Amino acid sequence: MAQLWSLMPQFWEGLRATLLLLAVSGGLALVLGTVITAMRISPVPVLRWFAAVWTEVARNTPLTLVFFFTAFVLPMLGFRAPFLLLAFVALTYYTSPFVAEALRSGINGVPVGQAEAARSIGLGFGQTVSLVVLPQAFRMTIPPLINVYIALTKNTSVAGGFFVVELFASTRQLVNDNGNIVIPILVLAAALYLAITVPLGLAAVQLEKRWVVSR
Amino acid sequence: MSATSVLFDAPGPRARRASLVGSIVSIVVLVAGAAWIVALLAAPRQSGGVRLPGMFHESRWDIFLDPEVWTFIGSGVVATLQAAAVAAVGAIALGVVFSLMRSSRLPWVRIPTAVMLEFFRGMPVLLMMLFILLVASTGAFWAVVIALIVYNGTLIGEALRAGLAALPRGQREAALSLGMREFQSKILVEFPQAFRQMLPIIVAQLVVLLKDTSLGYIVGYNEIIRSNMNNLASFFGNRYLFSLFIVTLVIYLTINLLLSWFARWLSWRTASGGHLTKDEGAAPGTADPTSTIRLMQASAAARQSEDNRHD
Repeated sequence: MAQLWSLMPQFWEGLRATLLLLAVSGGLALVLGTVITAMRISPVPVLRWFAAVWTEVARNTPLTLVFFFTAFVLPMLGFRAPFLLLAFVALTYYTSPFVAEALRSGINGVPVGQAEAARSIGLGFGQTVSLVVLPQAFRMTIPPLINVYIALTKNTSVAGGFFVVELFASTRQLVNDNGNIVIPILVLAAALYLAITVPLGLAAVQLEKRWVVSR
Repeated sequence: MSATSVLFDAPGPRARRASLVGSIVSIVVLVAGAAWIVALLAAPRQSGGVRLPGMFHESRWDIFLDPEVWTFIGSGVVATLQAAAVAAVGAIALGVVFSLMRSSRLPWVRIPTAVMLEFFRGMPVLLMMLFILLVASTGAFWAVVIALIVYNGTLIGEALRAGLAALPRGQREAALSLGMREFQSKILVEFPQAFRQMLPIIVAQLVVLLKDTSLGYIVGYNEIIRSNMNNLASFFGNRYLFSLFIVTLVIYLTINLLLSWFARWLSWRTASGGHLTKDEGAAPGTADPTSTIRLMQASAAARQSEDNRHD
């Protein structure tokens, strides 16, 4: 126990990096995903098509391969940056289509009559979307978005395989250094991940229950 | 899907012109962006005073003329598919068991299962792989496969449970009134329907499973990424890194897109035959299995509370 306690600084270091990865790439993915969604529902066919292709390709590429691209191929192409920055890029790219799909499913979930009513009182595309559809889509979007962020929390562990010292990487290091308490270290690492994901999951379930009933 | 067409008018001449201009501008921007990237890749580069050929130069692609290379790539693909196939079968089997345990009437079965499922679902698969690798010392293949079985079995179990909860109550009542036991009704009447209903989500989850076999790269299993990018690239030299990456990407996209389309086709088929997925639309279901499952659980719970009020 004392030995496990003495490892706390390293765990804390790892957890902080994980939270940083989650916050930065989560924020960037939200921005990128919103742009993709805007393209996906826009009246310009080329943009719709581009957004669809982006979504399909990004969603069907394994995260490991994306990380491989940012960590090895990009530097080889002459694009050098700290590995943490490259991890932000990889996680943002990988998460953006999931954010976009969550937003889109929220928008599709708004009853057609709402948009029709908005159109019939003379609102334009921008007004319909920003004043009528999005405010209603927002609350239907939050639970799926939370699920996307839960997945992102777990996905940050892949960064640990590509030179970013976050929770998974520091756990692996600690396990290598302390062969006598492998199981406690791994269980503690799992508990730290659960401390992020379980509250998020409970929040998603609660919000969903409330909103499904009130609809 | 229909929302997009309602958001704006049937375009008149002005709107059509604006849309045309928008299309042309975005085509120009996209093509310019693509051309810029291609030019950047094709340009020869200087590295440490040495002039290296561009990414599309034949000296970076000539290894693909060698059939041996393709045999090697093929063995990587087989390794990935092998892990995915074993894990898929295991995950479905475990999912069935989990869903039955989770929806059991006995609290001492149901509650521990719920806690356990929450535990497995909340932590990274990679950590699970590390755990199995170190604690059970099974070797990389089984570490990858078992972790994927447990993780995806959990998610498939939740999907099946949502499917069970979403069935009309009359199904179970009819089965019980015919004299079936609880368990018989579950296995013979409810489960086959839930499974069929949830098939698209299960297949979508299997796409996720296939993608996750790539985590084997990190724990040392020789799947496609490891065998292509590590073994081949270090054998032939780093100048093939880019071309090997492109080949690996194309292989993954081909396999996953085929599976995704299969899932979509399945959900379209079940949607036209069944009654449950119709109003939710097929596309969101395949997009994100977890959120669809959660939504179904929530709506089933809401309906139950409605039912209770009427009782």
